[in-house]
Amino acid sequence: MAMAFDWQPVWLSLKLASLTTVLLLLVGTPIAWWLARTASRWKHPVGALVALPLVLPPTVIGFYLLVFLGPNGPGGQFTQWLGVGTLPFTFAGLVVASVIYSLPFVVQPLQNAFEALGRRPLEVAATLRASPWQQFIHVAVPLARPGFLTAMVLGFAHTVGEFGVILMIGGNIPGETKVLSVAIYDHVETLEYAQAHILSAGMIGFAFIVLLALYLLNGRIGRGGRNEH
Amino acid sequence: MSIEARFSAELGEFSLSVDVHLPSRGVSALFGHSGSGKTTLLRAIAGLERFDGRLVVNGETWQDGKSFLPTHRRALGYVFQEASLFPHLDVDKNLRFGMSRVAESERRVGFDEAVAMMGIEHLLSRKPRRLSGGERQRVAIARALLTSPRLLLMDEPLSALDGRSKQEILPYLERLHDELAIPVLYVSHSLKEVTRLADHVVWMEQGRAEASGPIDEVFADLELAGRHGDEAGALLEAEVEAHEDEYHLSRLRCAYGELRVCHLPHLEPGSRVRVRIPARDVSLSRHDDAESSILNVWPVRIEALEAGEGGECLVRMRPPGEGAPLLARISRLSAERMALAPGQQLFARVKGAGLLD
Repeated sequence: MAMAFDWQPVWLSLKLASLTTVLLLLVGTPIAWWLARTASRWKHPVGALVALPLVLPPTVIGFYLLVFLGPNGPGGQFTQWLGVGTLPFTFAGLVVASVIYSLPFVVQPLQNAFEALGRRPLEVAATLRASPWQQFIHVAVPLARPGFLTAMVLGFAHTVGEFGVILMIGGNIPGETKVLSVAIYDHVETLEYAQAHILSAGMIGFAFIVLLALYLLNGRIGRGGRNEH
Repeated sequence: MSIEARFSAELGEFSLSVDVHLPSRGVSALFGHSGSGKTTLLRAIAGLERFDGRLVVNGETWQDGKSFLPTHRRALGYVFQEASLFPHLDVDKNLRFGMSRVAESERRVGFDEAVAMMGIEHLLSRKPRRLSGGERQRVAIARALLTSPRLLLMDEPLSALDGRSKQEILPYLERLHDELAIPVLYVSHSLKEVTRLADHVVWMEQGRAEASGPIDEVFADLELAGRHGDEAGALLEAEVEAHEDEYHLSRLRCAYGELRVCHLPHLEPGSRVRVRIPARDVSLSRHDDAESSILNVWPVRIEALEAGEGGECLVRMRPPGEGAPLLARISRLSAERMALAPGQQLFARVKGAGLLD
């Protein structure tokens, strides 16, 4: 039984992280753009709210998500009204939780990248007839490419590595919510150290390679494309 | 057809209050010290700042009361102080960025034409970081031209460049002036650039337009000239008549008569130049003495006098016929001894005349 290595948690983690990263970019980019450019008095409250997962214990987020999305919570009532049941202990629930939990890891690099652009490139684009949307797509996004790369890698890696939130809201259902980090915990609990080693060492190697690739790529972009600023 | 701009704004310590009419031909300079509001006015005209006011460009209202056309819907070109090329695009793509957003029926400046005019044919495939400062600014100018603007705004396009790059770009700016019928608003604090390029000047001080008019008239405004001390001077249009090679002199003709200046062999006889005559290099006399080391002696008529602070006096003169004013800076004592008064005919002796280079 120990010989039949179970790859399912690995694929589940990769699926969760990929989906979460895509959703995070869709949700995080407009938030980061707004935070980078607004002069609204809501800027800092919203910024602090987005950053909360950085400082809160994952169990706190998991707990409230569980309450919120549970059968008696407003989120749960809503999903039941939609006819999709409740989200806790489902893969969809993990996705929602991961998006919230990893949000600052995507918003902050993007916000920094957008702020570093300054107003000038967008003003130049405006004098060249580009509408605000075209300014964003054709100027801000390409110039903020290192920020997007950092955001994607951090969002993905952080989702792969999360544990507390998942345990709270997802439990440990094989094929549904039993992701890599939970599987490692499981193996250790049942004293299957060999499997725990494979997964853990694999995680270390994966995390190192991802970060190294990120630094190398951003280093090249930094030297290559931004000399004018 | 003209450009009508009226703006008022309170920006902390600084307030802008401007109401100017500019011709829709040629180069109009917004001239003044840094902090005088030139760039702020230019940005307001571009729609990059939104102040209370009214802006009508060649009959088209860009701003009035509540209506405000956003920058990207104004048919303008803007050249920033730093070239601000998009670093992620090569020169060719930078040039086409704006052009591609202008309907083909609206395009009046051809790609090849603009590229040739700015002399950047050989740079098209390069990334901006591989260009010199002067080359970048030429690309930025061509990029702005390619949107076929109805008004070209330039914010100190030379100030970020070193002396050599400046010399490199000036001829291109002059070609712009001569070859295209696009009105240009040119912000500068450099007397040299303004006198070389501009036809019309708006003199900005502390957020206000102190004077606005043809350049020769504005620079001969006694009150403004008085504030500029040693820099006061007049601008004359002249035509190269002949070169007197054995004396290393060139003979020009202006509204006042002959003007001999240092040898300018590179200018063909018949070509037109602008000459700046500093007020301190002009002296006055009652008679046309034949014996004098000064070569340029002209009959003039005094138009106005103004005693400055200290012992100096500025005198504005006109040629006997039509023509631009000439300024002389003399001592107040001389003015009193000679009993100078408006309307008098006398002679101006011009010691030196600088070509604008």
